[in-house]
Amino acid sequence: MLETEPLDVERIRQDFPILGRKVHGKRLVYLDNAATTQKPKQVIDALVDYYSRYNSNVHRSVHTLGEEATAAYEASRTKAARFIGASPKELIFTRGTTEATNLVRFAWGEKYVKEGDLLVTTLMEHHSNIVPWQLLAKHRGATLKFVGLQTDGTLDIATYEELLKESPRLVAVTHCSNVLGTINDVAKICSMAKRAGATSIVDGAQAVPHMPVDVSSIGCDFYAYSGHKMLGPTGIGALFGREELLQEMEPFQGGGEMIREVFLDHSTWNDVPYKFEAGTVNIADSIGLGAAIDYLAGLGMGKVREHELSLLKYTAETLSKLKGFHEYGPSDVSVRSGVVSFNFADVHPHDLATILDEEGIAIRSGHHCAQPLMRWLDVAATSRASFYLYNSTDDVDALKGGLEKAGRIFKV
Amino acid sequence: MSSADIYKELILDYYRHPKNFGKLEKYDIDAHDTNPLCGDEVDMQIRVGEDNNIEDIRFSGKGCAISQASASMLTELAKGKQLEWVKEVSKEDMLKMLGNPELGPSRIKCALLGMKVLKMGVYGYLGSKLDFTGD
Repeated sequence: MLETEPLDVERIRQDFPILGRKVHGKRLVYLDNAATTQKPKQVIDALVDYYSRYNSNVHRSVHTLGEEATAAYEASRTKAARFIGASPKELIFTRGTTEATNLVRFAWGEKYVKEGDLLVTTLMEHHSNIVPWQLLAKHRGATLKFVGLQTDGTLDIATYEELLKESPRLVAVTHCSNVLGTINDVAKICSMAKRAGATSIVDGAQAVPHMPVDVSSIGCDFYAYSGHKMLGPTGIGALFGREELLQEMEPFQGGGEMIREVFLDHSTWNDVPYKFEAGTVNIADSIGLGAAIDYLAGLGMGKVREHELSLLKYTAETLSKLKGFHEYGPSDVSVRSGVVSFNFADVHPHDLATILDEEGIAIRSGHHCAQPLMRWLDVAATSRASFYLYNSTDDVDALKGGLEKAGRIFKV
Repeated sequence: MSSADIYKELILDYYRHPKNFGKLEKYDIDAHDTNPLCGDEVDMQIRVGEDNNIEDIRFSGKGCAISQASASMLTELAKGKQLEWVKEVSKEDMLKMLGNPELGPSRIKCALLGMKVLKMGVYGYLGSKLDFTGD
Protein backbone atom coordinates (compact mmCIF):
# COMPACT_ATOMS: atom_id res chain seq x y z
CA MET A 1 0.00 0.00 0.00
CA LEU A 2 1.43 3.35 -0.98
CA GLU A 3 1.86 5.91 1.81
CA THR A 4 -0.18 8.37 -0.24
CA GLU A 5 -3.21 6.10 -0.62
CA PRO A 6 -5.96 6.53 1.96
CA LEU A 7 -7.00 3.63 4.17
CA ASP A 8 -9.19 1.05 2.46
CA VAL A 9 -11.93 1.13 5.11
CA GLU A 10 -14.13 -1.45 3.38
CA ARG A 11 -11.28 -3.97 3.36
CA ILE A 12 -10.30 -3.12 6.95
CA ARG A 13 -13.87 -3.66 8.16
CA GLN A 14 -13.71 -7.26 6.91
CA ASP A 15 -11.08 -7.94 9.59
CA PHE A 16 -13.45 -7.04 12.45
CA PRO A 17 -16.04 -9.75 13.10
CA ILE A 18 -18.05 -7.62 15.52
CA LEU A 19 -18.77 -5.00 12.86
CA GLY A 20 -21.04 -7.54 11.19
CA ARG A 21 -23.26 -7.60 14.25
CA LYS A 22 -26.72 -6.06 14.37
CA VAL A 23 -27.89 -4.00 17.34
CA HIS A 24 -31.67 -3.60 17.69
CA GLY A 25 -31.85 -4.91 14.13
CA LYS A 26 -29.64 -2.09 12.79
CA ARG A 27 -26.06 -2.09 11.50
CA LEU A 28 -23.65 -1.53 14.41
CA VAL A 29 -22.21 1.98 14.17
CA TYR A 30 -19.43 1.89 16.73
CA LEU A 31 -18.36 5.41 17.73
CA ASP A 32 -17.04 4.73 21.24
CA ASN A 33 -13.43 4.14 20.30
CA ALA A 34 -11.95 6.47 22.89
CA ALA A 35 -13.41 4.12 25.51
CA THR A 36 -12.22 0.91 23.85
CA THR A 37 -11.74 -0.23 20.26
CA GLN A 38 -12.90 -3.36 18.50
CA LYS A 39 -10.49 -6.21 17.78
CA PRO A 40 -9.48 -7.54 14.38
CA LYS A 41 -9.43 -11.30 13.77
CA GLN A 42 -5.62 -11.14 13.65
CA VAL A 43 -5.61 -10.22 17.37
CA ILE A 44 -8.33 -12.72 18.29
CA ASP A 45 -6.44 -15.43 16.36
CA ALA A 46 -3.19 -14.59 18.18
CA LEU A 47 -4.95 -15.21 21.52
CA VAL A 48 -6.51 -18.46 20.32
CA ASP A 49 -3.18 -19.58 18.86
CA TYR A 50 -1.35 -18.94 22.12
CA TYR A 51 -3.88 -20.79 24.24
CA SER A 52 -4.21 -23.61 21.70
CA ARG A 53 -0.55 -24.25 20.91
CA TYR A 54 2.00 -22.88 23.37
CA ASN A 55 0.31 -21.72 26.58
CA SER A 56 2.97 -21.83 29.28
CA ASN A 57 4.51 -19.61 31.94
CA VAL A 58 7.35 -17.37 30.85
CA HIS A 59 10.99 -16.86 31.88
CA ARG A 60 11.25 -19.85 34.22
CA SER A 61 10.19 -22.86 32.20
CA VAL A 62 12.97 -24.79 30.52
CA HIS A 63 10.64 -26.80 28.32
CA THR A 64 9.68 -26.09 24.72
CA LEU A 65 6.31 -24.48 25.43
CA GLY A 66 7.87 -22.18 28.02
CA GLU A 67 10.57 -21.11 25.62
CA GLU A 68 8.03 -20.39 22.87
CA ALA A 69 5.82 -18.40 25.23
CA THR A 70 8.82 -16.44 26.53
CA ALA A 71 10.00 -15.66 23.01
CA ALA A 72 6.52 -14.44 22.01
CA TYR A 73 6.12 -12.36 25.18
CA GLU A 74 9.49 -10.67 24.72
CA ALA A 75 8.87 -10.16 21.01
CA SER A 76 5.70 -8.28 21.99
CA ARG A 77 7.69 -6.17 24.42
CA THR A 78 10.05 -5.22 21.61
CA LYS A 79 7.09 -4.31 19.37
CA ALA A 80 5.42 -2.28 22.14
CA ALA A 81 8.68 -0.41 22.72
CA ARG A 82 9.66 0.19 19.08
CA PHE A 83 6.13 1.37 18.29
CA ILE A 84 6.78 4.43 20.47
CA GLY A 85 10.50 4.75 19.69
CA ALA A 86 11.73 3.19 22.94
CA SER A 87 14.12 0.40 23.82
CA PRO A 88 12.62 -2.89 25.12
CA LYS A 89 14.39 -2.65 28.47
CA GLU A 90 12.63 0.66 29.08
CA LEU A 91 9.19 -0.86 28.44
CA ILE A 92 7.22 -2.32 31.35
CA PHE A 93 4.03 -4.23 30.64
CA THR A 94 1.16 -3.03 32.85
CA ARG A 95 -2.58 -3.62 33.03
CA GLY A 96 -3.04 -0.35 31.16
CA THR A 97 -2.46 3.39 31.48
CA THR A 98 -4.07 3.56 34.92
CA GLU A 99 -1.77 0.94 36.35
CA ALA A 100 1.17 2.71 34.69
CA THR A 101 0.47 6.05 36.39
CA ASN A 102 -0.06 4.24 39.69
CA LEU A 103 3.24 2.40 39.19
CA VAL A 104 5.01 5.75 38.83
CA ARG A 105 3.14 7.06 41.86
CA PHE A 106 4.44 4.24 44.07
CA ALA A 107 7.79 3.28 42.58
CA TRP A 108 8.99 6.81 41.77
CA GLY A 109 6.75 9.13 43.77
CA GLU A 110 7.01 7.51 47.17
CA LYS A 111 10.79 7.60 46.86
CA TYR A 112 11.36 11.08 45.47
CA VAL A 113 8.42 13.30 46.46
CA LYS A 114 8.99 15.06 49.76
CA GLU A 115 6.86 17.20 52.05
CA GLY A 116 6.23 20.62 50.58
CA ASP A 117 6.92 19.52 47.00
CA LEU A 118 4.71 20.64 44.14
CA LEU A 119 3.10 18.27 41.63
CA VAL A 120 1.58 19.70 38.46
CA THR A 121 -1.09 18.26 36.22
CA THR A 122 -3.74 19.85 33.97
CA LEU A 123 -7.48 20.50 33.97
CA MET A 124 -8.00 18.34 30.89
CA GLU A 125 -6.69 15.10 32.41
CA HIS A 126 -8.48 11.80 32.68
CA HIS A 127 -8.96 10.82 36.33
CA SER A 128 -6.13 8.29 35.93
CA ASN A 129 -3.68 11.18 35.59
CA ILE A 130 -5.17 13.15 38.51
CA VAL A 131 -6.18 10.79 41.30
CA PRO A 132 -2.82 8.98 41.69
CA TRP A 133 -1.14 12.38 42.13
CA GLN A 134 -3.80 13.48 44.62
CA LEU A 135 -3.09 10.35 46.62
CA LEU A 136 0.66 10.86 46.35
CA ALA A 137 0.38 14.50 47.40
CA LYS A 138 -1.75 13.55 50.39
CA HIS A 139 0.57 10.76 51.44
CA ARG A 140 3.81 12.73 51.08
CA GLY A 141 2.55 16.13 52.22
CA ALA A 142 2.97 17.63 48.76
CA THR A 143 0.67 20.01 46.84
CA LEU A 144 -1.09 19.34 43.55
CA LYS A 145 -1.80 22.24 41.18
CA PHE A 146 -3.45 22.38 37.78
CA VAL A 147 -2.51 24.02 34.49
CA GLY A 148 -5.59 25.87 33.23
CA LEU A 149 -7.17 25.90 29.79
CA GLN A 150 -7.89 28.53 27.19
CA THR A 151 -11.39 28.98 25.84
CA ASP A 152 -10.54 27.01 22.67
CA GLY A 153 -9.78 23.92 24.75
CA THR A 154 -6.00 24.13 24.53
CA LEU A 155 -3.65 24.32 27.51
CA ASP A 156 -2.93 27.74 28.95
CA ILE A 157 0.85 27.73 28.68
CA ALA A 158 1.08 31.03 30.60
CA THR A 159 -0.29 29.39 33.76
CA TYR A 160 2.05 26.46 33.16
CA GLU A 161 5.04 28.83 33.02
CA GLU A 162 3.93 30.39 36.31
CA LEU A 163 3.70 26.96 37.97
CA LEU A 164 7.16 26.02 36.68
CA LYS A 165 8.60 28.98 38.59
CA GLU A 166 7.64 27.09 41.76
CA SER A 167 10.05 24.26 40.77
CA PRO A 168 7.60 21.34 40.68
CA ARG A 169 8.85 17.81 41.29
CA LEU A 170 6.51 16.30 38.70
CA VAL A 171 4.60 17.38 35.60
CA ALA A 172 1.83 15.00 34.46
CA VAL A 173 0.09 15.76 31.16
CA THR A 174 -2.06 14.01 28.63
CA HIS A 175 -0.79 13.75 25.06
CA CYS A 176 -4.33 13.95 23.80
CA SER A 177 -7.56 14.80 25.65
CA ASN A 178 -10.21 12.07 25.69
CA VAL A 179 -12.95 14.73 25.78
CA LEU A 180 -11.78 17.72 23.76
CA GLY A 181 -9.52 15.79 21.41
CA THR A 182 -6.84 18.43 22.01
CA ILE A 183 -3.38 17.21 20.99
CA ASN A 184 -0.93 18.82 23.38
CA ASP A 185 2.57 19.85 22.35
CA VAL A 186 4.06 17.37 24.81
CA ALA A 187 7.61 17.83 23.49
CA LYS A 188 7.45 21.51 24.44
CA ILE A 189 5.74 20.79 27.78
CA CYS A 190 8.31 18.13 28.72
CA SER A 191 11.31 20.25 27.71
CA MET A 192 9.96 23.13 29.80
CA ALA A 193 9.47 20.70 32.69
CA LYS A 194 13.02 19.43 32.29
CA ARG A 195 14.47 22.97 32.37
CA ALA A 196 12.53 23.56 35.60
CA GLY A 197 13.99 20.38 37.09
CA ALA A 198 10.72 18.41 37.01
CA THR A 199 10.18 14.79 36.05
CA SER A 200 7.53 14.35 33.35
CA ILE A 201 4.91 11.70 32.69
CA VAL A 202 2.71 11.68 29.60
CA ASP A 203 -0.63 9.85 29.36
CA GLY A 204 -0.62 8.51 25.81
CA ALA A 205 -3.81 6.43 26.01
CA GLN A 206 -5.57 8.60 23.39
CA ALA A 207 -2.48 9.29 21.27
CA VAL A 208 -0.60 6.04 20.59
CA PRO A 209 -3.64 4.40 18.90
CA HIS A 210 -4.23 7.37 16.60
CA MET A 211 -0.96 8.97 15.49
CA PRO A 212 2.78 8.34 15.24
CA VAL A 213 4.42 8.70 18.66
CA ASP A 214 8.14 8.88 19.42
CA VAL A 215 9.16 9.20 23.06
CA SER A 216 12.74 10.13 22.21
CA SER A 217 11.60 13.24 20.35
CA ILE A 218 9.04 14.05 23.07
CA GLY A 219 11.79 13.87 25.69
CA CYS A 220 9.52 12.70 28.51
CA ASP A 221 10.67 10.66 31.49
CA PHE A 222 7.62 8.37 31.50
CA TYR A 223 4.98 7.60 28.86
CA ALA A 224 1.95 5.33 29.32
CA TYR A 225 -0.55 3.74 26.96
CA SER A 226 -3.29 1.08 26.87
CA GLY A 227 -3.61 -1.90 24.54
CA HIS A 228 -7.40 -2.10 24.45
CA LYS A 229 -7.68 1.38 22.90
CA MET A 230 -5.53 0.30 19.93
CA LEU A 231 -7.14 -2.96 18.74
CA GLY A 232 -5.47 -5.00 21.48
CA PRO A 233 -7.00 -7.04 24.30
CA THR A 234 -8.13 -5.57 27.61
CA GLY A 235 -5.82 -5.82 30.60
CA ILE A 236 -2.56 -5.03 28.84
CA GLY A 237 -0.76 -1.72 28.50
CA ALA A 238 2.70 -0.29 28.69
CA LEU A 239 4.83 2.16 30.59
CA PHE A 240 7.96 3.59 29.06
CA GLY A 241 10.45 4.91 31.61
CA ARG A 242 13.96 6.25 31.05
CA GLU A 243 16.36 3.48 32.02
CA GLU A 244 18.34 5.46 34.60
CA LEU A 245 15.08 6.32 36.40
CA LEU A 246 13.88 2.73 36.33
CA GLN A 247 17.21 1.56 37.75
CA GLU A 248 16.90 3.88 40.75
CA MET A 249 13.20 3.44 41.47
CA GLU A 250 11.76 1.18 44.13
CA PRO A 251 9.76 -1.88 43.05
CA PHE A 252 6.04 -1.40 42.50
CA GLN A 253 4.81 -4.79 43.69
CA GLY A 254 6.74 -7.58 45.37
CA GLY A 255 6.58 -11.20 44.35
CA GLY A 256 8.01 -13.69 41.94
CA GLU A 257 9.99 -12.65 38.86
CA MET A 258 10.82 -9.16 40.15
CA ILE A 259 13.54 -10.50 42.48
CA ARG A 260 17.17 -11.51 42.04
CA GLU A 261 17.58 -13.15 45.46
CA VAL A 262 15.35 -13.44 48.49
CA PHE A 263 16.66 -13.87 52.04
CA LEU A 264 14.75 -13.88 55.30
CA ASP A 265 15.56 -10.28 56.08
CA HIS A 266 16.00 -8.68 52.66
CA SER A 267 15.78 -9.19 48.92
CA THR A 268 17.54 -7.90 45.84
CA TRP A 269 15.79 -6.92 42.65
CA ASN A 270 15.78 -8.25 39.13
CA ASP A 271 17.01 -6.14 36.21
CA VAL A 272 14.67 -3.60 34.63
CA PRO A 273 12.03 -3.92 33.31
CA TYR A 274 11.46 -7.25 35.14
CA LYS A 275 11.88 -5.50 38.49
CA PHE A 276 8.43 -4.00 37.82
CA GLU A 277 6.64 -7.11 36.59
CA ALA A 278 5.84 -9.12 39.72
CA GLY A 279 4.01 -12.42 39.50
CA THR A 280 2.82 -14.23 36.41
CA VAL A 281 2.47 -11.58 33.76
CA ASN A 282 -0.38 -11.18 31.28
CA ILE A 283 1.22 -13.39 28.64
CA ALA A 284 -1.73 -13.95 26.31
CA ASP A 285 -2.81 -10.33 26.13
CA SER A 286 0.73 -9.05 25.61
CA ILE A 287 0.92 -11.38 22.60
CA GLY A 288 -2.45 -10.01 21.48
CA LEU A 289 -1.08 -6.48 21.82
CA GLY A 290 1.88 -7.50 19.65
CA ALA A 291 -0.56 -8.64 16.96
CA ALA A 292 -2.46 -5.33 17.25
CA ILE A 293 0.77 -3.38 16.81
CA ASP A 294 1.65 -5.47 13.75
CA TYR A 295 -1.77 -4.63 12.31
CA LEU A 296 -1.38 -0.88 12.93
CA ALA A 297 2.23 -0.78 11.74
CA GLY A 298 1.13 -2.58 8.57
CA LEU A 299 -1.34 0.22 7.82
CA GLY A 300 0.98 3.06 8.90
CA MET A 301 0.11 5.39 11.77
CA GLY A 302 0.42 8.44 9.50
CA LYS A 303 -2.43 7.03 7.42
CA VAL A 304 -4.53 6.27 10.48
CA ARG A 305 -4.14 9.91 11.55
CA GLU A 306 -5.01 11.18 8.05
CA HIS A 307 -8.13 9.01 7.96
CA GLU A 308 -9.36 10.32 11.32
CA LEU A 309 -8.65 13.91 10.25
CA SER A 310 -10.80 13.47 7.16
CA LEU A 311 -13.63 12.03 9.28
CA LEU A 312 -13.27 14.89 11.74
CA LYS A 313 -13.63 17.46 8.96
CA TYR A 314 -16.62 15.63 7.50
CA THR A 315 -18.27 15.46 10.93
CA ALA A 316 -17.78 19.18 11.52
CA GLU A 317 -19.42 19.94 8.16
CA THR A 318 -22.26 17.47 8.68
CA LEU A 319 -23.25 18.04 12.29
CA SER A 320 -22.64 21.77 12.65
CA LYS A 321 -25.70 22.34 10.42
CA LEU A 322 -27.97 20.74 13.02
CA LYS A 323 -29.95 23.20 15.09
CA GLY A 324 -28.89 23.00 18.74
CA PHE A 325 -25.60 21.18 18.06
CA HIS A 326 -22.80 22.52 20.27
CA GLU A 327 -19.31 21.10 19.99
CA TYR A 328 -16.38 21.36 22.46
CA GLY A 329 -12.67 21.38 21.73
CA PRO A 330 -10.27 23.14 19.38
CA SER A 331 -11.65 24.24 16.02
CA ASP A 332 -8.17 23.83 14.53
CA VAL A 333 -8.27 20.15 13.48
CA SER A 334 -4.47 19.99 13.17
CA VAL A 335 -4.34 19.92 17.00
CA ARG A 336 -7.38 17.70 17.38
CA SER A 337 -7.76 13.94 17.38
CA GLY A 338 -10.79 12.03 16.12
CA VAL A 339 -12.92 12.84 19.14
CA VAL A 340 -16.10 14.91 18.96
CA SER A 341 -17.63 15.91 22.29
CA PHE A 342 -20.89 17.75 22.01
CA ASN A 343 -24.25 18.63 23.45
CA PHE A 344 -27.46 18.70 21.45
CA ALA A 345 -30.09 21.28 22.42
CA ASP A 346 -31.43 20.40 25.88
CA VAL A 347 -31.27 16.64 25.27
CA HIS A 348 -29.18 15.22 28.08
CA PRO A 349 -26.29 13.06 26.75
CA HIS A 350 -27.62 10.06 28.59
CA ASP A 351 -31.02 10.37 26.94
CA LEU A 352 -29.34 10.90 23.59
CA ALA A 353 -27.23 7.75 24.01
CA THR A 354 -30.39 5.73 24.65
CA ILE A 355 -32.05 7.06 21.50
CA LEU A 356 -28.92 6.46 19.39
CA ASP A 357 -28.50 2.95 20.79
CA GLU A 358 -31.87 2.08 19.35
CA GLU A 359 -30.44 2.99 15.95
CA GLY A 360 -27.44 0.70 16.51
CA ILE A 361 -25.17 3.67 17.22
CA ALA A 362 -22.78 3.39 20.16
CA ILE A 363 -21.50 6.68 21.57
CA ARG A 364 -20.30 7.62 25.04
CA SER A 365 -22.27 9.91 27.29
CA GLY A 366 -21.31 11.22 30.69
CA HIS A 367 -18.33 12.87 32.31
CA HIS A 368 -15.75 10.67 30.53
CA CYS A 369 -13.69 10.25 33.72
CA ALA A 370 -12.78 13.93 33.45
CA GLN A 371 -14.98 15.67 36.02
CA PRO A 372 -12.68 18.68 36.60
CA LEU A 373 -12.85 19.35 32.86
CA MET A 374 -16.66 19.02 32.90
CA ARG A 375 -16.82 21.65 35.63
CA TRP A 376 -14.54 23.90 33.62
CA LEU A 377 -16.83 23.47 30.60
CA ASP A 378 -19.73 24.14 32.98
CA VAL A 379 -21.63 21.05 31.87
CA ALA A 380 -22.72 17.98 33.80
CA ALA A 381 -21.93 15.73 30.88
CA THR A 382 -21.31 15.63 27.16
CA SER A 383 -21.97 13.16 24.38
CA ARG A 384 -18.87 11.89 22.64
CA ALA A 385 -18.38 10.26 19.27
CA SER A 386 -14.86 8.96 18.72
CA PHE A 387 -13.49 7.53 15.49
CA TYR A 388 -11.06 4.85 14.46
CA LEU A 389 -9.71 3.25 11.32
CA TYR A 390 -12.86 1.21 10.56
CA ASN A 391 -15.25 4.18 10.73
CA SER A 392 -16.47 5.84 7.57
CA THR A 393 -18.55 8.81 6.47
CA ASP A 394 -21.53 6.39 6.49
CA ASP A 395 -21.13 6.20 10.27
CA VAL A 396 -21.16 9.99 10.54
CA ASP A 397 -24.31 10.11 8.38
CA ALA A 398 -25.92 7.52 10.67
CA LEU A 399 -25.03 9.67 13.67
CA LYS A 400 -26.63 12.67 12.00
CA GLY A 401 -29.79 10.62 11.38
CA GLY A 402 -29.82 9.55 15.02
CA LEU A 403 -29.49 13.14 16.19
CA GLU A 404 -32.34 14.17 13.94
CA LYS A 405 -34.49 11.44 15.47
CA ALA A 406 -33.61 12.65 18.97
CA GLY A 407 -34.53 16.15 17.84
CA ARG A 408 -37.95 14.91 16.75
CA ILE A 409 -38.59 13.04 20.01
CA PHE A 410 -37.47 15.97 22.17
CA LYS A 411 -39.15 18.46 19.83
CA VAL A 412 -35.94 20.47 19.46
CA MET B 1 -39.79 -0.40 24.36
CA SER B 2 -38.74 2.25 21.84
CA SER B 3 -37.16 5.55 22.79
CA ALA B 4 -40.26 7.31 21.53
CA ASP B 5 -42.17 5.36 24.22
CA ILE B 6 -39.58 6.09 26.90
CA TYR B 7 -39.67 9.82 26.29
CA LYS B 8 -43.40 10.30 26.50
CA GLU B 9 -44.89 13.76 26.48
CA LEU B 10 -45.32 13.48 30.25
CA ILE B 11 -41.62 12.90 30.97
CA LEU B 12 -40.47 15.66 28.63
CA ASP B 13 -42.93 18.02 30.29
CA TYR B 14 -41.58 17.25 33.76
CA TYR B 15 -38.00 17.52 32.43
CA ARG B 16 -38.55 20.97 30.97
CA HIS B 17 -41.04 22.27 33.54
CA PRO B 18 -40.31 20.33 36.74
CA LYS B 19 -42.76 20.65 39.63
CA ASN B 20 -41.41 21.42 43.12
CA PHE B 21 -38.03 22.44 41.69
CA GLY B 22 -35.85 24.67 43.87
CA LYS B 23 -34.92 25.12 47.52
CA LEU B 24 -36.89 25.53 50.73
CA GLU B 25 -36.05 28.41 53.03
CA LYS B 26 -36.82 26.33 56.10
CA TYR B 27 -36.31 22.59 56.04
CA ASP B 28 -35.60 19.67 58.35
CA ILE B 29 -34.19 17.24 55.83
CA ASP B 30 -31.60 17.89 53.12
CA ALA B 31 -30.25 14.94 51.15
CA HIS B 32 -28.10 14.75 48.05
CA ASP B 33 -26.76 12.00 45.84
CA THR B 34 -25.25 11.51 42.40
CA ASN B 35 -25.23 8.73 39.89
CA PRO B 36 -21.51 8.11 39.27
CA LEU B 37 -22.24 6.45 35.93
CA CYS B 38 -23.48 9.62 34.28
CA GLY B 39 -23.19 12.42 36.81
CA ASP B 40 -26.94 12.90 37.40
CA GLU B 41 -27.50 14.86 40.60
CA VAL B 42 -30.55 15.16 42.84
CA ASP B 43 -30.92 17.19 46.02
CA MET B 44 -34.08 17.04 48.11
CA GLN B 45 -35.27 19.23 50.94
CA ILE B 46 -38.22 18.46 53.17
CA ARG B 47 -40.00 20.44 55.83
CA VAL B 48 -41.56 18.05 58.34
CA GLY B 49 -45.01 18.89 59.70
CA GLU B 50 -46.21 18.50 63.28
CA ASP B 51 -47.64 15.03 62.76
CA ASN B 52 -44.51 13.74 60.98
CA ASN B 53 -45.83 14.43 57.54
CA ILE B 54 -44.05 15.87 54.50
CA GLU B 55 -45.38 19.40 54.82
CA ASP B 56 -43.33 20.72 51.91
CA ILE B 57 -40.72 19.30 49.57
CA ARG B 58 -38.42 20.62 46.86
CA PHE B 59 -35.84 19.01 44.65
CA SER B 60 -33.01 20.44 42.61
CA GLY B 61 -30.36 18.88 40.44
CA LYS B 62 -29.19 18.31 36.93
CA GLY B 63 -29.22 15.28 34.75
CA CYS B 64 -31.09 13.35 32.12
CA ALA B 65 -34.79 13.61 31.46
CA ILE B 66 -35.56 10.37 33.28
CA SER B 67 -33.70 11.26 36.49
CA GLN B 68 -35.13 14.77 36.72
CA ALA B 69 -38.69 13.87 35.73
CA SER B 70 -38.86 10.94 38.15
CA ALA B 71 -37.54 13.06 41.02
CA SER B 72 -40.10 15.75 40.25
CA MET B 73 -43.00 13.28 40.03
CA LEU B 74 -41.92 11.73 43.31
CA THR B 75 -42.02 15.08 45.11
CA GLU B 76 -45.60 15.57 43.95
CA LEU B 77 -46.52 12.13 45.19
CA ALA B 78 -44.74 12.60 48.53
CA LYS B 79 -46.16 16.00 49.47
CA GLY B 80 -48.54 15.64 52.43
CA LYS B 81 -47.69 11.97 53.05
CA GLN B 82 -46.42 10.61 56.35
CA LEU B 83 -42.64 10.12 56.58
CA GLU B 84 -43.29 6.40 57.18
CA TRP B 85 -44.85 6.24 53.70
CA VAL B 86 -41.40 6.74 52.18
CA LYS B 87 -40.42 3.27 53.38
CA GLU B 88 -43.18 1.79 51.19
CA VAL B 89 -42.02 3.38 47.93
CA SER B 90 -40.53 0.72 45.65
CA LYS B 91 -38.64 0.46 42.39
CA GLU B 92 -41.81 -0.88 40.77
CA ASP B 93 -43.77 2.19 41.94
CA MET B 94 -41.20 4.49 40.36
CA LEU B 95 -41.19 2.67 37.02
CA LYS B 96 -44.98 2.59 36.97
CA MET B 97 -45.09 6.30 37.70
CA LEU B 98 -42.80 6.92 34.73
CA GLY B 99 -44.81 4.55 32.58
CA ASN B 100 -41.64 2.57 31.85
CA PRO B 101 -41.82 -0.87 33.46
CA GLU B 102 -38.97 -2.17 31.28
CA LEU B 103 -36.18 0.39 31.54
CA GLY B 104 -32.84 -1.26 30.77
CA PRO B 105 -30.07 -1.79 33.33
CA SER B 106 -28.06 1.25 32.26
CA ARG B 107 -31.01 3.60 32.76
CA ILE B 108 -32.73 2.17 35.82
CA LYS B 109 -30.40 4.08 38.16
CA CYS B 110 -31.55 7.35 36.58
CA ALA B 111 -35.16 6.46 37.33
CA LEU B 112 -34.40 5.51 40.93
CA LEU B 113 -32.04 8.35 41.92
CA GLY B 114 -34.84 10.55 43.29
CA MET B 115 -36.23 7.67 45.35
CA LYS B 116 -32.76 6.91 46.70
CA VAL B 117 -32.25 10.51 47.81
CA LEU B 118 -35.72 10.71 49.38
CA LYS B 119 -35.18 7.50 51.33
CA MET B 120 -31.67 8.56 52.42
CA GLY B 121 -32.97 11.85 53.73
CA VAL B 122 -36.05 10.48 55.50
CA TYR B 123 -34.29 7.43 56.99
CA GLY B 124 -31.51 9.67 58.29
CA TYR B 125 -34.07 12.02 59.84
CA LEU B 126 -36.06 9.19 61.44
CA GLY B 127 -32.83 7.65 62.72
CA SER B 128 -31.80 10.91 64.34
CA LYS B 129 -35.15 11.04 66.18
CA LEU B 130 -34.74 7.62 67.76
CA ASP B 131 -34.60 7.67 71.52
CA PHE B 132 -31.65 5.64 72.72
CA THR B 133 -31.95 6.63 76.37
CA GLY B 134 -34.49 3.95 77.16
CA ASP B 135 -36.79 6.52 78.81
